[in-house]
Amino acid sequence: MAKKSYETKYECHTHDVLVIGAGGAGLRAAIEASSQGLSVGLICKSLLGKAHTVMAEGGVAASMGNVDPDDGWKTHFRDTIHGGKFLNNYRMAELHAKESADRIRELERWGAVFDRTEKGKIMQRPFGGHTYRRLCHVGDHTGLEIIRTLQDKGVHSGIDVYMEATITHLLKEDGRISGCIGYWRESGRCVIFNAKAVILATGGIGKGFKVTSNSWEYTADGQGMAYRAGAELIDMEFVQFHPTGMVWPNGVKGLLITEAVRGEGGLLTNSEGERFMKNVDPERMELSTRDIVAKAINKEVKEGRGSPHGGVFLDISHRGPEYVRKKLPGMYRQLLEFADVDITKGPMEVGPTTHYTMGGIRVDADTAQTTIPGLFACGEVAGGMHGANRLGGNSLSDLLVFGRRAGLGAVEYANGLKEQPQIDDADVKAAVKELSQPFERDDGENPYAIHKDLQELMQSKVGIVREEGELKEALDELQTLKGRAKNIAVTGARQFNPGWHLAIELDNMLIASEMVARCALQRTESRGAHTRIDHEGYNEHWGKTNSTINANGEEMVIGQSTLMEMPDDLKALAYEEKK
Amino acid sequence: MAKAEATFHVFRGEAADAESGVEASGEYQEYKVPVEEGMVVLDAMHYIQGEDAPDLAVRWNCKAAKCGSCSAEINGKPRLLCKQRMDALPLDEPIVVSPLKTFPLVKDLVTDVSWNYKMNAAIPPFQPKEEDTDKWEVFENDVVRTQEFRKCIECFLCQDVCHVLRNHDRKDAFAGPRFMVRLASLDMHPMDARNDRVKYTKEEAGIGLCNITKCCTEVCPEDIKITDNAIIPMKERVVDEFYDPVMKVLRGIGLAHKK
Repeated sequence: MAKKSYETKYECHTHDVLVIGAGGAGLRAAIEASSQGLSVGLICKSLLGKAHTVMAEGGVAASMGNVDPDDGWKTHFRDTIHGGKFLNNYRMAELHAKESADRIRELERWGAVFDRTEKGKIMQRPFGGHTYRRLCHVGDHTGLEIIRTLQDKGVHSGIDVYMEATITHLLKEDGRISGCIGYWRESGRCVIFNAKAVILATGGIGKGFKVTSNSWEYTADGQGMAYRAGAELIDMEFVQFHPTGMVWPNGVKGLLITEAVRGEGGLLTNSEGERFMKNVDPERMELSTRDIVAKAINKEVKEGRGSPHGGVFLDISHRGPEYVRKKLPGMYRQLLEFADVDITKGPMEVGPTTHYTMGGIRVDADTAQTTIPGLFACGEVAGGMHGANRLGGNSLSDLLVFGRRAGLGAVEYANGLKEQPQIDDADVKAAVKELSQPFERDDGENPYAIHKDLQELMQSKVGIVREEGELKEALDELQTLKGRAKNIAVTGARQFNPGWHLAIELDNMLIASEMVARCALQRTESRGAHTRIDHEGYNEHWGKTNSTINANGEEMVIGQSTLMEMPDDLKALAYEEKK
Repeated sequence: MAKAEATFHVFRGEAADAESGVEASGEYQEYKVPVEEGMVVLDAMHYIQGEDAPDLAVRWNCKAAKCGSCSAEINGKPRLLCKQRMDALPLDEPIVVSPLKTFPLVKDLVTDVSWNYKMNAAIPPFQPKEEDTDKWEVFENDVVRTQEFRKCIECFLCQDVCHVLRNHDRKDAFAGPRFMVRLASLDMHPMDARNDRVKYTKEEAGIGLCNITKCCTEVCPEDIKITDNAIIPMKERVVDEFYDPVMKVLRGIGLAHKK
């Protein structure tokens, strides 16, 4: 067969299954696909093992019952549905609750070393919204343990790893996926991947906000690419603000203070020394769900009972220095070294920080396939599992459960194809042209300036508390920013050029930000992480409705779809009164 | 009061690239950065990117000392850029920021660390003694040692500072402190079934080349006692297995396992 023109011009790789993103979900997916004997490529934007999963601190939720023997998948399911304010994809929540314990055992078998109980089993700690002590952990660096275990397993699984490559466009043939195109960060050269199936595991969108615990990689690549390729997304208004990010000193602003601090007994107080959580959730107090704690903190600050730098106080020092250093070693050292704050001696000043995206690409629960044949999504980039709000610890387990399922789904799909899908020369040409444009303008906007303005806008008008007027203003301003982004000029060469990288990533961040704002405007109720001060409380219609997002040419179409109804046995579980 | 200002001398340059005709280059460029309270050097690099040099290449991810991406040399010392506070540096003289010296330059502060990934992939993986983890009984005391090593964030600062790699460029014969830690973490894992870790540490990883100057321990941002807790115990295990005269005799007369 004659070579296509792109094959002579650019570096090309061919695989059965291609995984984009090498955090917990991507690695787990790649390991699964590879174990089924297929040729698998794994692409990471950073070096391997640096993905956002390393930042997960508190633990991974699995109803193993090592500490509380009464725990089981049913309780975990119910907690997850309650946390998600009944907007979860029930089937995802069910699979997640049933399979997470097996995924933990598997990690252990692959060499992960969790903290132990006195009986020699994996230790589990309490966390917000979980009925039982459920979070398997390694001090406060659980994510590192998980990613390193998967990384070491992965490099012996015959996976081809492509480090420091950014994928920018998904490619299709006759409506199904055929591969993707991107560039090497190091050289700036284009690289093309041809694959039968593509799994997106690219994480979230946090870099669109000013105060965030997310790393630079969280630029909505997967959400943006899938949208442009024609996939449907859901529920993007649900952005989780983790209640406890540092608000002071500046060098650590936004830095996440793990929920484990509260799990281990940390107390939240306002400037009057009052444990204000008793006013909103007297039963669970500090261990209430993240949305409730974040809103409570927001209220204290707005009503003038905040700490000197616009947060509240979080104190763990009463547990004694030795206990704190053993259970929260990373936190202790980090704050002492970065910020001169000794958490064994006194309180931290904390406030909400952008943390997680519950919404995302619509997927089939069992196979993780999106609405585009051959395109799969797992982890944070996929929507549905967590409904309107995610419980702490349910993200790491989500990565493992649905990473594996996406791997299996992609293998099944790839095996069903008779031949390798073809990449169209014209698509490659168009993508390459788009990537080069910022270099061709002599004079134009600075990508850093646009990014900064986007972050300010999202933080102030599409943040933790929303209302119609501000959301409309935000949408107008987003159009202006989109216009400015079309006129970005970058300087320097293509080799490792962060200004250019940002210019490319801004497109996706702008798309995702618009999704959040449009969905937030449409949902006229307050549920989970989405709060409308002009529409307080739940609304029955919206309780049964997912927001949908689709591209129609240049226009973003926001719609509604009816939430899948739970079968009766699960309904009985979900609505069962808590003991 | 006027804001304090810091002067940075940042290495700017790139490796030769035959395909695009780029020639190897490199020089220190001066940048002025206003100093804010609580600022770290990575903040300063971001300020420079935003204001003066959008194409300044620097790796970073988490800005929380958890990922180990932003390794560089500050005033000649291997450090994480995100962990070096500005108020701990003398501001009356320029702060010099350079890429890691031990690894080949890519551009500016970014180096090619792929050799480390090759070393890691060569180490035989964990192999459980018992597949059914429900049967495992592993206690806190059993895991304390390996957990210390598993804190490693792979910043490769220990590799950068190690004389064997930095001054003698013995990447052909010595895997470096990071992988001594990794081998120790496997050898001290209570459920690892392999009994050839020590042999590998001696013959493939070249532990004999380490002369325990402890430089690696000093630069570790995770405070892993690399020399005392990983390298020296592994050296002792090598001695026990390969050079113990009593064991040699016992092996000779068939009372101990042969090597």
